[in-house]
Amino acid sequence: MSAAPLELPRWADTALVPLVSVAAALVVAGLVVLSIGESPLEATALLLKGSLGSLEGLGFTLYYSTNFIFTGLAVAVAFHAGLFNIGGEGQATIAGIFAALACLWLAPLPGILLVPLAILAAAAGGALWAFIPGYLQATRGSHVVITTIMFNFIAATLIVYLLVEVMGKTGSMQPETPDFPKQAVLTPIHELLGAFGLKLPSTPLNTSFLLALASLVAVWALIYRSRLGYAIRTVGANPRAAAYAGISPARITMVAMAISGALAGGLAVNEAMGVQHRLVLDFTAGYGFVGIAVALMGRGHPVGVGLAALLFGVLYQGGAELSFDKPTITRDMVVVIGGIVILFAGALDGLFRRLVAGVLNLGRGS
Amino acid sequence: MEIVQTLAVILDSTIRLSIPLLCAALAGLWSERSGVVDIGLEGKMLIAAFASAVAAYHSGSAWAGLGAGMLAAIALSLVHGFAAITWRGNQIVSGVAINMLAVGLTAILGNAWYGQGGRTPNLEGSARFPELDLPLVGTLKEVPVLGPIYDIAISGHAAPVYLAVLALVLTALTLKHTRFGLRLRAVGENPAAVDTAGVSVAGLRYAAVIICGALCGLGGTYLAVSQSAGFLPQMTAGKGFIALAAVIFANWRPWPALFACLLFGLLDAVAIRLQGVSLPGIGLVPVQAIQALPYVMTVVLLAGFIGRATPPKASGLPYVKER
Repeated sequence: MSAAPLELPRWADTALVPLVSVAAALVVAGLVVLSIGESPLEATALLLKGSLGSLEGLGFTLYYSTNFIFTGLAVAVAFHAGLFNIGGEGQATIAGIFAALACLWLAPLPGILLVPLAILAAAAGGALWAFIPGYLQATRGSHVVITTIMFNFIAATLIVYLLVEVMGKTGSMQPETPDFPKQAVLTPIHELLGAFGLKLPSTPLNTSFLLALASLVAVWALIYRSRLGYAIRTVGANPRAAAYAGISPARITMVAMAISGALAGGLAVNEAMGVQHRLVLDFTAGYGFVGIAVALMGRGHPVGVGLAALLFGVLYQGGAELSFDKPTITRDMVVVIGGIVILFAGALDGLFRRLVAGVLNLGRGS
Repeated sequence: MEIVQTLAVILDSTIRLSIPLLCAALAGLWSERSGVVDIGLEGKMLIAAFASAVAAYHSGSAWAGLGAGMLAAIALSLVHGFAAITWRGNQIVSGVAINMLAVGLTAILGNAWYGQGGRTPNLEGSARFPELDLPLVGTLKEVPVLGPIYDIAISGHAAPVYLAVLALVLTALTLKHTRFGLRLRAVGENPAAVDTAGVSVAGLRYAAVIICGALCGLGGTYLAVSQSAGFLPQMTAGKGFIALAAVIFANWRPWPALFACLLFGLLDAVAIRLQGVSLPGIGLVPVQAIQALPYVMTVVLLAGFIGRATPPKASGLPYVKER
């Protein structure tokens, strides 16, 4: 985008620049911790111990990572097509409604049918909610960024209405659906491995983690090994050239948005079917926005997204533990770190590339 | 007379609910007219609400709150400007970052400083803006129709309300009739031409971004120090995004922005009044449907089904000198 792109070796561009921006984000977060009178080093130690120091902590970390893999991949796929999907929250919300409808309506079905159908319903709900902005951009020229923002709010009001007036559990003061049938619940990992004789502490980590790992592989194959992925990347790099090459940018815009939304739907699968076992209000809890940071940090590549999702899983779980010990440091620190990562890795990319280039050249000169 | 009274009361609450929207919409208008897309309005209002409540609480002065609110929002605006203007970064990404930063920082600092779940302590007395009576309210009260409207709806608001109206008039006049305004609009349409004329593109855009911050500061301060008696977590509740919708609705022009904000404010006021009320012929209207209306209307407008939205040509595009 800039006039004279800085020439950086590939390893520096794909690994070093994101690492530097994340490190800088952590330093800024450390300053925030300092400003409220706590020690950043002590906080970091508590955070790492809480997230990676025990099998239970690790289970929670991977459970959070599951959400970030889905929302990170969702943003990444759209990025490859040159689209900025900030509607992950809304898409996951609609996906949750679809999954809940499937789980509650198809309750008599056995699990082996019900679970895949409910997952497909979630994916379809997310895809639909992302497809409409994609369609509007492709055919009517309304910018996907603005429409996905609006769709986030429309989804938020819709779920309140549905949970309060239509699908809500009778007699409950909470806006939530009745519990899903038992066979719709995704198996927790500790039960799954318990069947093989491995004893693990009970955590919310469930089989949707495996689905997330499969999605990483599938997205990698889609983007880098398939004809559609090639078309998506071509449109993202240069829509006009894509059109000359016989690829329809309008069609790719719609398809990429739908895939993106379907991936965001994975968040609903993990939260509603894997953990809560019902649909609750605000289950998206900002994971959709953190997904932007995950995608930016991972440079849109599934390997990067996986690693970034793990990092944010550590921050989330470690942050939760940390806020037990240090009530002044709340979990909102993760939101701050996410925001700074987005700012540094996304918007101030040029500055950090310049910094890294300067340091590398210095090394060469001496 | 009853009807006039009721209308005046609805108009009054419409104005109260529209003012934060108007401030943010004017802020967005300045920024986008100069070619800098700003989806961080929400975050800037939120940080301003927090900073103003903190400053007003500790100083006991609502005006100190306004100053702090404006400074905080301008600081975030400069971050956006630094990324978008100096480093030609992605403006949308920067806006998203600013929104997240504001949510996180206000929650952490509020919790660490006051330990009340992110709230600031209640503001009392001079820490809040008093309601001002406009001149001649007493005498004009008895005039039929206009009297009650003047008394109830127009008079009796706090200072930020009248400041916001002043900001609207100044925005409209400056953009239309001054050299600065003309250049600012030009930089949003064709920065290369402005550059050729020897005027600094970056300078104009930074000026716009700072004005944008000041206006977000006014809106946020109004929320925390005037409408409520203190800061509540996430108290902007999407108003920044509704303001964004209002800017689009108004086709990036100041006076239509006022009407868009009044319309959205009216919807809000009606939604509050219609809670649990059954309308003849329609039945119970879900409050959520009315709340979603501004967002739905914006999508429909953007899709070109009602009128056309034409943003400034260069908005969202970083300016590269040697092209």
